[in-house]
Parts: sequence; C-alpha cells; structure tokens
Amino acid sequence: MGRTVLVTGVARPLVGRLVRRLLREPDVDRVIGVDARAPEHRLGGAEFIPADIRHPVLARILVEHGVDTVMHMDVTGTPLARGGRAAVKENNVIGSMQLLGACQQAPRVRRLVVKSTTSVYGSAPRDPAVFSESTPPKALPSGGFAKDAVEVEGYVRGFARRRPDVAVCVLRFANILGPRVDTPLAEYLALPALPTVLGYDPRLQFVHEDDVIDVLVLAAGEPRRGTINSGTFNIAGEGVLLLSQAARRLGRPTVPVPLPAVTWVGSALRSAGMTDFSPEQIRLLTHGRVVETAQMRELLGFTPRYSTPAAFADFAAGRTAGLLPPGEVGRAVDAVGELLGLTDDVRAPAKADGVAKESVHDG
Amino acid sequence: MADAKVIPFDDDRSRGGGKPRRRPGAGRPRRAGDGGAAGAEAPLSALPGAQRSPDGADGDGDGDGDGDRTGAADAAEGGRPGDADAADPTGAAHTAAAAGTAPPGAGAAEAVASALQSALVDVLPRLLGGGWERRAADALGFLRRRLTGDYEVDEFGFDAELTDQVLVPLFRPVFEKYFRVTVKGVENIPDTGGALVVCNHSGTLPWDGLMAQVAVRDHHPADRHLRLLAADLVFALPFVNQLARKGGHTLACADDAARLLARGEVVGVMPEGFKGIGKPFADRYKLQRFGRGGFVSTALRAGAPIVPCSIVGAEEIYPMIGNARTVARLLGLPYFPVTPTFPWLGALGAVPLPTKWTIEFGEPIPTDGHPPEAADDPMLMFNLTDQVRETIQHTLYKLLVERRSVFF
Repeated sequence: MGRTVLVTGVARPLVGRLVRRLLREPDVDRVIGVDARAPEHRLGGAEFIPADIRHPVLARILVEHGVDTVMHMDVTGTPLARGGRAAVKENNVIGSMQLLGACQQAPRVRRLVVKSTTSVYGSAPRDPAVFSESTPPKALPSGGFAKDAVEVEGYVRGFARRRPDVAVCVLRFANILGPRVDTPLAEYLALPALPTVLGYDPRLQFVHEDDVIDVLVLAAGEPRRGTINSGTFNIAGEGVLLLSQAARRLGRPTVPVPLPAVTWVGSALRSAGMTDFSPEQIRLLTHGRVVETAQMRELLGFTPRYSTPAAFADFAAGRTAGLLPPGEVGRAVDAVGELLGLTDDVRAPAKADGVAKESVHDG
Repeated sequence: MADAKVIPFDDDRSRGGGKPRRRPGAGRPRRAGDGGAAGAEAPLSALPGAQRSPDGADGDGDGDGDGDRTGAADAAEGGRPGDADAADPTGAAHTAAAAGTAPPGAGAAEAVASALQSALVDVLPRLLGGGWERRAADALGFLRRRLTGDYEVDEFGFDAELTDQVLVPLFRPVFEKYFRVTVKGVENIPDTGGALVVCNHSGTLPWDGLMAQVAVRDHHPADRHLRLLAADLVFALPFVNQLARKGGHTLACADDAARLLARGEVVGVMPEGFKGIGKPFADRYKLQRFGRGGFVSTALRAGAPIVPCSIVGAEEIYPMIGNARTVARLLGLPYFPVTPTFPWLGALGAVPLPTKWTIEFGEPIPTDGHPPEAADDPMLMFNLTDQVRETIQHTLYKLLVERRSVFF
C-alpha cells in the first residue's frame, strides 16, 4: 500500500508544483491538499480540501483519510491575498500549533516535513561567518516571519519529543529564487534600482525552486541507503554572492541609503506596494547570512543541481534586463580597449598589478 | 633596502608586472633604467613619423625642413635616451635652431609640432613603462569583471582578486616605504595546509594586522593569504566591515577559525585583542593576557601548527598617553585614544608615526602530536598558551635589543 500525503498551503504556486511532483512518485497513492483558499493552479490528481489549518477540523481529515505523511508548507512570510502581518502570523503560529496537535492525535502519521527558513539564525555583526545547524543565534529575530519560524520550530521540537515514532524533518531554506517564484527577495531584486544599506555588502545565498521541490520530495519519502532524512537541515546552493555582485549581474544600479534612513525607504516602498521591505529583510541586506550545507550533502544525501550563482543566473534570465545590462557594460569596456588600440583580448585573465585607479569602482 | 630615508609613495604606482619585488633602490634612477628600454624602441616609432611625414607637414614640402626634423629627432633620441618625455620637443627645437639651416618662422613651428607628435607616441609607453598595452588590457579586463559581477567570493566574503589587485597594492607602499617593514622567518609558515599565526597586537589602530597580511602575501614563497580574525566591532562598522570581509578577515570566534583551518588556510589571530591594541604607551611591548587560550584548542583540534609572530614598531605609531573613557563609552568603542597629536590635530593626528618595523615569524609549534581529546585538557592548553606567549615576548625583547632606533 502506498502512502497518503497531506500538504498544507497548496494555494501557493510552488506548493502546487510540489503536489504535482509528489503524485508522480511511485510509492505515493494519494495527495491531499489543504488550504483556506482555493488554488488558482492545477493540482493534478490531488484532492483539495478547503480547510483552514487553524481549525480543529484538520484532526478529522488526518484520521479519515489515513494520512501517514504530513508536509507543512504553510509557514510563509507574505500574505497570499489581503490581510496584514497579524493574519500571517496567526496562520503561521496558531496554524502550526493546530496542525501539530492534530498530528499528535493521528496514530497513523509516520512522517512530518516542515518548511522553515535560514532566517531563524538572524543576522548580526557578531555572528560567525557561516551558520551550521547547531549554531545558536547571537540575536534572535525580534519579529516578522523569522520569529514565526523560530516559534514554529520550537513547537515542532516539542512534537518530536512527544511523538518519537514520527520522523520529523525541518528544512531551513535559504532565499528561494527561480524564474517563477515570488518571494520578497525576488520582488526586491526586481526593483529598477536596488536600495542598499550604505557601507554594507551582505553575503547572500540562494536555493533554486527546482531544488526546493527535489529536496522536499526526498524528505517526504523513506530515507535512501546510508542517509538520514529526519532532523534539521540547511538547504542552500553552493557558493556565495555579494549583493553588489548580484546587482551587477542583474544589471541594476544600487542606491546606497544610510542605515537610519533605510527603514523610511523601506516603509515608503512597502506602502507603495513595491516590495515587502521588512525590518528582517533589512537586517539580511545589512549583514547577510551564509549557512553550512555539509549535513544536507552528507546526511540527507542531497546535492542541489543549482549553485547559488547558477540559481541567481536562472532567476536573472527570467527577468527583464536592468538599466545596466552586464553584456552592454562589458561591451562598453571593450570599446574603451579598442579606443586605446588594444588588440589583445581584454578578457584574457592575466595578472595585472598596481591598478590602483580601479579601486574607485569598487566598494 | 634603502631604509634611511622616507621615499614618496607614488613611485610605486607605475611599477611593472607580477608580484616580484624587484625595484631599484631609489625613485629617480628608475627613469634611466626604463629609458634604456624605451630608447631601443624609440627609433621604431620616431622614424616613420619623421621620414615620410606628409601627414604632419603638408604645407611645408621643402626637403630641408624634413631633413632637419629627422636630424633633430635623431639627435634628441640618440643623444639622451634617458631623458623624460617632456624634454624631447625642446631638445628637438634647440637642435634645429643650432643647425642653422632651418627657416626661422613657420619651419621651426612645424618642426616643434612634429617632434611633439612623435614624442606623444612615446609618452604612453614611457609613462606606464614597457608593455603598457598588456597592462592596460589587464586593467580593462579587471574592470570588466568587476563591473559585470564576474568574480567569485568564498563563504566568508573573501574576494581574492580584489585583495590582490587593489587592497594589498594599496597597503604595499605603506608596508615598503612608510614603515619599511623587515620580514624574518616567513618560511616558518607552511607552504600548504592550515596554520595558526599568533601575533602580538598593538598600535591603537590595527595597522599591525594589515602589515602582517601584506608580509605574508608578498614575502611568503607560496604567496599565501593570511586570513585574519578580527573583533566584532570591525563587522559592525559600515564600510570597514565590507572591506574586511573582502580582504579575507572574519570574526574572531572558534567556529570561523576552525572552519578556515579545516579549509587549509593560514589564519592570523591576535589573542590580546583590545587589551593589547589599546594599552597605554608606558606598557609598550608588554604582552597582555592571551584571552582564555581558545586559539590553542582550535589549532589543536585542527592539527594545525601554531606560528608565533612578533611585530616590533607598531607600538610607537600612535603613542597613547591617555584614554578618554567617557568618550569611548558614548561612542560605543572599547577605548578612545589620546595621543600627543590625535584629538588635537583632528584627522592629521590619525597619521601614524613613520616607525621602522620588524615582523618575525618564529619556529612553528606542532600540535598534531596530541590526541584530539587533549583540546579539552585545560592544563595542556595553559601550558601551550604560555609557550606561545613566552616565545613571542622573548622574540620581542630580542628584536628590541637589535633595533637601532625607533624610526630607522
């Protein structure tokens, strides 16, 4: 007999993709999608049950359908429709509590997968450069989505203690990027000019949406030989991009804003509906965040197909070019070379020395 | 090296190729050395302009004018190959006038213009030295990679290209010309694999760390990068934090140090921390407490050798005669130095004194002989910490005895 998987938050496009993918898994019999709102995208052969996860009806659904795998994808930073931060927080925290309570009552549940985020580590100047799964954060996130995720993870740990027979897997995702996703960071990177924090150049890490789906499917199934898929794992593509570097690869000019003024710019952008520039995102764009992924590779046995630069390149390819497309900038530099009568290939990587005048272009 | 006098910085700007530290002893004679090479090339560029000169001398037409110009150019080129470019046109004009056959008015002007043109062709190569095309192309390639974001940083934010092309060259004149650093025993840092360099810390502002970084980068036979561990204050300050990260520095914590050592990097640590760098002038060259010795257990767990490093000269760059604690507390700084010049002369007071420095790397202390659980043995940790501390302190005393004076 195959498995029955319950997925929450299916009204989100990325979760819709996950549902369609799970249906293709050979050992999955049924997929049940749950969300308060009806999804606008297809769910394939999955059953959709309109239910709010904050409602106790969930316990009945779990028992009635004999669900053995629960994938909690409904921990999100942005509201899907209207509704402010308070509604999102209630859905994240109260919804998770209800779901975990329902799981505790359902004897057939064997596996729980929770989508979390690397923002549980916060970001502060006193943090180590690279967070491993066991690094305690120096400054806990004070609010917003990150705090919700910290609280949800706390409840999940409590659940794991009370139901040791359930395999619990918490996946902490770095910022998700890809041609189709719609995360706050993707919205930010879509701005015509990127406001940055003056004097800071954060290190960023991305994970591609295809890899997100793959690793969720991996966590939902039985562990492969020699791997463990219960526990907490950081999920991120290999490598690091600096924000300045990302902006140049995207061809968007940056507008450095002094730190005290950043919050004003953020709230102005938010009220203009351009992007959700939350305090937490400002902290990310100030100090950056890099996580260690050794456990993902060695224990979970998952290797992302996209590195951080590759995920970013795929994201950039799906967006319109900015004001300073890298190709044009490169050609302009080549033109200067021709003007000087340089016939050599200026792209040839050679060891130049003492080019102090170029330091002006670098911050 | 010519230590006795302070040589201006800008001499270093146009230095040629690669990393080699080959450079003539003083500033001026370099011209002559280059001039020899340029003089060999000069006829190539001067002859076509001078002999078939219809482009430059349309209205002139006369044979004598042409001949004169060639002679003038030849005289200028051949007579003083070492002369700077600016000397060329005047030299040509003088020779033309001295030849006597030249027409007094328009012809002389033409001759000057043409000589100027042929001189201009030479200006760029002479100004930038031989092989300027190659270097201009390299610079443009670098610029291109920068502007299009086509470079890599590691997980600590270390940008090796920026460090080698911009940051180290920026500090190299300070290292070579201002502090005239003598480096000893740099080969004690292994060519491959991790190592922990433990330095004394002094000088109010962390110039000593930067100089140690340049020392390792420029003088180590394997061209290694020193990855310094810095205080959290560095990463809280705007601008400073991003330059520190791009230069390969990271936060001084056991996690980062262990991660760097595991990657086989050379890690530099100043265990004295603020106690060392912010100590009063009267306590100079007295090593402060070495923290809790956490660096020893980190090195021991990684099996990396510990290389003691003693830096002499940094103590005197800002003689700290007082510490304005209230100001420091208001600004959130660990100390606020008062030197004979600092708050009084404003930014000018922040210019360090040009002391003569010596950086000596001592014999590496191996740690791989201990079992891994030895890292939890506090007695062994204290003993190793003391051994490192004593080594550095004794080397400091030895170097101080050898030192002729603070400034020379």
